[in-house]
Amino acid sequence: MIRFAFAGLAANKVRSALTMLGVLIGVASVILLLAVGNGSSTAVKNSITALGTNSLTVTSGSGGGARTSSTVKKLTVDDARALANPAAAPDIKSVAPVVTTTATADYGNISYTPGSVIGTYPAYFETANQKIASGDYFSADDVLNSAKVAVIGSTTAQQLFDTENPVGKTISLGGTPLTVVGVLQTKGATGFTDPDDVVIAPLPTVQNAFTGFGSVNQILVQATSADTTTQAQSEITQILMGTHSLTDPTKLDFRVSNQTSLLSTRESTSQTFTVLLGAVAAISLLVGGIGITNIMLVTVTERTREIGIRKALGAPKAVILGQFLTESTLLSVFGAGLGVAAGIIGSHFSVVGIKPVVIPSSVFGAFGIAVAIGLFFGSYPANRAASLRPIDALRHE
Amino acid sequence: MARRARAKRSAGSAVAEAAEPAVQQVPPPVIQVRRLTKSYGHGDATVHALCGPWDPQTDEPLGVSLDIEPGDFVAVMGSSGSGKSTLMNILGCLDVPTAGRYLLDGIDVGHLDESQLSLVRNRKIGFIFQSFNLVPRTSALAQVELPLAYAGVRAAERRKRALAALALVGLSERADHKPNELSGGQQQRVAVARALVTAPAMLLADEPTGNLDSRSTEEVLAIIDGLNATGRTVVLITHEDEVAAHAKRVIRLVDGQVTSDVRQGPAGGPPPVLARQLAAAQAQQAQQTGALIGGRS
Ligand SMILES: Nc1ncnc2c1ncn2[C@@H]1O[C@H](COP(=O)(O)OP(=O)(O)OP(=O)(O)O)[C@@H](O)[C@H]1O
Ligand SMILES: [Mg+2]
Repeated sequence: MIRFAFAGLAANKVRSALTMLGVLIGVASVILLLAVGNGSSTAVKNSITALGTNSLTVTSGSGGGARTSSTVKKLTVDDARALANPAAAPDIKSVAPVVTTTATADYGNISYTPGSVIGTYPAYFETANQKIASGDYFSADDVLNSAKVAVIGSTTAQQLFDTENPVGKTISLGGTPLTVVGVLQTKGATGFTDPDDVVIAPLPTVQNAFTGFGSVNQILVQATSADTTTQAQSEITQILMGTHSLTDPTKLDFRVSNQTSLLSTRESTSQTFTVLLGAVAAISLLVGGIGITNIMLVTVTERTREIGIRKALGAPKAVILGQFLTESTLLSVFGAGLGVAAGIIGSHFSVVGIKPVVIPSSVFGAFGIAVAIGLFFGSYPANRAASLRPIDALRHE
Repeated sequence: MARRARAKRSAGSAVAEAAEPAVQQVPPPVIQVRRLTKSYGHGDATVHALCGPWDPQTDEPLGVSLDIEPGDFVAVMGSSGSGKSTLMNILGCLDVPTAGRYLLDGIDVGHLDESQLSLVRNRKIGFIFQSFNLVPRTSALAQVELPLAYAGVRAAERRKRALAALALVGLSERADHKPNELSGGQQQRVAVARALVTAPAMLLADEPTGNLDSRSTEEVLAIIDGLNATGRTVVLITHEDEVAAHAKRVIRLVDGQVTSDVRQGPAGGPPPVLARQLAAAQAQQAQQTGALIGGRS
């Protein structure tokens, strides 16, 4: 029977090949597009873990009500000091006040403006999951002494020093000479901002040179573990309500945000993206299936006389049905098989900066659906052919 | 498989029942047609392809009734559009009548379901078409193997029997040829081989020589004569008197009615043309023997 089916397909090579191509594209696009979607959400997940799941950010400002009140107090280093009290906040591991600014850095005759200049405490590195690649972090002593040192991101290092080793060199940041003590590991861009394009210096050094000793932009807090972030969050709220002398928890002049919650929004966005891609792919798979139906209808119509002859020779309905079903199944199995191969090969190339990650279930799913479509859509014309009365089939022109 | 077996069994018992009353006398007819009608279309546009005599009172067709004995060789003649093919298609279980009963080997074909019908077509009937109706792009051997494949015969056995059938029609050396590589006469001989390979009791041929020249016609008819001589029932449609001369019985149809039914030879025994040839050969042999005897004396 399979031999008959092969002969039937071989009789019309171009047509069979085109039909298979339709299924191939459908299956390959399902696998590939889902892999791209999956790849992007994997990238987001990785950046969540890279950021540290137990970090909390305190920023000044508030929602709605408090904006009009005159009691808005900026965050200060004193606030940070209050949070660093282990008696009042047992779930807080470390605290780092952060000021950000921008300034142009000069080294030799190269001038470059990094994405941001950050002034902070050494605890920042651990909380923000910034690891050193060469050299060392600046120390607590450097902070106390307002030492003129800096740690720079890999992008900044590349821009200013190119292939030179930056450690020990002195750059001029907005006129202030800073000695580079360390270069950070590359984190990789996760969005529009490049986290590697930074200069990080001790807080008083930056305050002294740029921002002044007033408020800080944010306070980065690390909870003792990922499980205690919620407690840490309420402790922060309690303490800061005290230092800002607030009584109404609905009218706060600061905001505590969880990095994980920020990123989970982005993760759900990328999931929507995946679903959308999947839908597009599913449609192309369906179109491939309709292609099979179409071809089977044409084949059956073309071969109606032959069906009549076979029936006149005593071919049972099941045999004729089987022959056409075998043909359409062969078409879809081959098409889907090649589609799986194409999809897996295609997923080795990165698409618009996203490294696709093949979902194994999508491979089996797409293959299975393609074969099922072949059977389902092939069975209609096959059944129509097999049900003909021999004389009607023989008279068919 | 179970279904096939059941169909076969029920067929067998039906034959036994039908055979019971007439067991002592002549064998029961292989084909019994009772008040068979076939019409196409509705209302005023109705075409009565098969109608038989008309009932004078009701003005309704009474239908065609016909018995064909086993081993008979029947030629159906009549002008174009007289309903010959219509009758033949019903006899071959390729079409269903509008009304009336058709008993094949005593079984009412109207009561069979689709799978039993395909079994009847496969086992009992060999059909030869005017237009050959070979399966395209299929070698002569595979062509002849087809009915055996549908009967579930194993590959080796199938091949052996198909080659034997091709040898019988004189096409052994053309076994690998596709239909488009064969002449019309050769194609029709392949079709004959395909019809006889399952050794059916009945051979139905709708103008088997209609598309052939006189030489090919003689070849095909010689094969059909031979099959009839071995006991196969043959029903054949033709327009030519020379072809009809091979038959033991000639039925003429006019406008869906049987108008004449002439017997040219006994239902048993060899068909007339073959009988004459045999007689001639025997006479010649006798003459030769006589000459030999005369020469000796
Ligand atoms: N499928 C059909 N639909 C409508 N009318 C039909 C159909 N088949 C046959 N007929 C009509 O039935 C009548 C008998 O046709 P049939 O084919 O039996 O003729 P025939 O005796 O075999 O003629 P020929 O010698 O030309 O083959 C014709 O009038 C024909 O027009
Ligand atoms: Mg005809």
